[in-house]
Amino acid sequence: MSSYDGAMQVADFCSTSRVVIVAGKGGVGKTTVTAALAVTAARAGRSVLIVEVEGKSGLPAMFGAAALGYEEIELEAGVRARFLTPDAALIDYLVTHGMKRISKRLASSGALDVVATAVPGMKDILVLGKVKSIEETRAADLVIVDAPAAGHAVTFLMSARGLLDAVRVGPIRKQAQDVVSLLSDPARCQVMLVTLAEETPVSEVVDTAFAIEDRAGVALGPVIVNGCFTPLPVGVTADTGAILADARAANRFVSAREADDLAHAAAFLEERHALQQSQIQRLHELLPLPQIELPFVFNPDITRTQLDTLAAAFARGIEGL
Amino acid sequence: MRIDELVDDRRVVICCGTGGVGKTTTAAVLALEGARRGRKACVVTIDPARRLADALGIERLTNDPTEIDPKLWSDIGADVVPGGRLSAMMLDTKSTFDLLVTRNASSPEQARRILENTFYRNVSGALGGTQEYMAMEKLHELHDEGDFDLIVVDTPPTRHALDFLDAPQRLTRLLDNRVFRLLMMPTRAYLRVASVAVQTFLRTVSRVVGSEVIEDVVAFFRAFEGMEDGFRERAAVVGEILTDPATAFVLVTSPRRDAMQEATFFADRLAEAGQSVQSLIVNRVHPSFGDETPAGLRAAADTLRHAGSEPATRLAALYDSLADFREIATLEREHLEALRARIGGDTVLAYIPYLAHDVHDFATLHEVGELLFDTISAR
Repeated sequence: MSSYDGAMQVADFCSTSRVVIVAGKGGVGKTTVTAALAVTAARAGRSVLIVEVEGKSGLPAMFGAAALGYEEIELEAGVRARFLTPDAALIDYLVTHGMKRISKRLASSGALDVVATAVPGMKDILVLGKVKSIEETRAADLVIVDAPAAGHAVTFLMSARGLLDAVRVGPIRKQAQDVVSLLSDPARCQVMLVTLAEETPVSEVVDTAFAIEDRAGVALGPVIVNGCFTPLPVGVTADTGAILADARAANRFVSAREADDLAHAAAFLEERHALQQSQIQRLHELLPLPQIELPFVFNPDITRTQLDTLAAAFARGIEGL
Repeated sequence: MRIDELVDDRRVVICCGTGGVGKTTTAAVLALEGARRGRKACVVTIDPARRLADALGIERLTNDPTEIDPKLWSDIGADVVPGGRLSAMMLDTKSTFDLLVTRNASSPEQARRILENTFYRNVSGALGGTQEYMAMEKLHELHDEGDFDLIVVDTPPTRHALDFLDAPQRLTRLLDNRVFRLLMMPTRAYLRVASVAVQTFLRTVSRVVGSEVIEDVVAFFRAFEGMEDGFRERAAVVGEILTDPATAFVLVTSPRRDAMQEATFFADRLAEAGQSVQSLIVNRVHPSFGDETPAGLRAAADTLRHAGSEPATRLAALYDSLADFREIATLEREHLEALRARIGGDTVLAYIPYLAHDVHDFATLHEVGELLFDTISAR
């Protein structure tokens, strides 16, 4: 395999399955990882379609684009994105199944809510069913689904199997069967879990991973550990005395207060980094999946510039797998 | 207002916010601080991590309040104002809903018909808005019973969390749905009165999901007949609790952009519903580390790197790192001030800094309380 260069490896990785579902609990940076993966794949020459399933996504802003709609938009060369709601997926479903006349009524009367309540997982099935038809039409080399937040990921992925038990006849059952075959084929679909190197997120991602493999039967890709601090270079310490000594040696005036600020920031970084490393180690021990670490971004607003940095780290992580 | 007022004077505190921002911990800390100050406090959590129960020394949180052992306070040497006590519970959506049905049903027979209905069982699971609705129902129950003078309610970690503002009305709206009212007419009779459109509609629904589903739904609506008034009355009472001046809304967030966007959405929705946010509590704020500008620090780093010597290179790395932290701290504070300005009024902005460890024990919960209540003494 030594003939593989980095780009080939990234391209191969991005062809492992045609659909990647990015999942994780709220606040771990799922959307950021989705965007970074899209940029990484696009750079390796794969066309990407991002599917957002929750409203108010921060995704378009990262690319400097306006809000997403049901129609695809191009975020940049090789990266397209669209929004997918259960209501829109239902209308789409009815139209393609020869029930166009009734579709608007069903959605507008509030009846979808009643039916969706009557059939648990119905909304998830509609969304995943639409993902399946996008995959079948080969709309892109790689379809990335930014999954719903919270502990909802497992429910989302389990919905199809659950529905097969509940509904014994009808087109919805067929839809559920199609979704199950998409989810259980590793060449078509895999789940990429995102977490932070912190105690609770690590515990939760471990639980989620086992639940997805055991109960939903979906293949898991590497775990993305987001927000990892880069340690200070070797030899640099968070010590005010050492800082002042270096300042004298370098012939630079550093006030005692500034030396304190430098030391405090460095100490904070060291402490967070050490905590993260212990959690990364814990994740290794608890979950036998490869990990890709993405760096912490010192900006609450992820923009295109930061995405480049993250995509580069993503590619390095893939090469290191 | 001062953050102290939340736990000193209010009767009900509702914590809103998106997932992953430490909402449950914040709710627990507020109740704990209220109890420490002498109030009979209860925290209603939605889906707490196992460790919250552990931290409170409770074997398992249930749908009924469990009081914590007062010994926990003395173990950590905290001063508790006499009379103060803390209870905690975890909302069980289904049991709460079952109880609500049982209490409102005109006969045990009606209750049984509803509780056994498949559609009801789905509704009463944690589906769309029911959890929010039941959180309010639980609040109503605790408020009514009067065992507590401070009730802190955690809300589910989703965008739907604000559904509790109109959740009670949602159920009555569901019961009022025109199409399904037709379904409730005696068998076959609806075919005569229902328009062609409705008939087509019902056939379509049956074709998509199967006729069993429709039968369940019809049975559910029939079973519910006559209970709407009771539900409407309760919805009105919950509405009164929410608009009572003794009720406060706390918006919990973190300074990340997505969390801030969600917080803005929550603040706007609360404002639309005529509720004002009394406090904005921000978790995981990065420390400030002085007041120099990131640009100045980066320039210093560049100069030092240029000098090339080992001590200068080491210093350059430290300046770069400080610049990173100054940059994120500055941006975070700008965003938070902007959010506070958007909320308006005299909203308190309180920070909980990054903690080295997750909250595992009672001492840490208490410590977070101290951090929160000491950060701000006045607005």
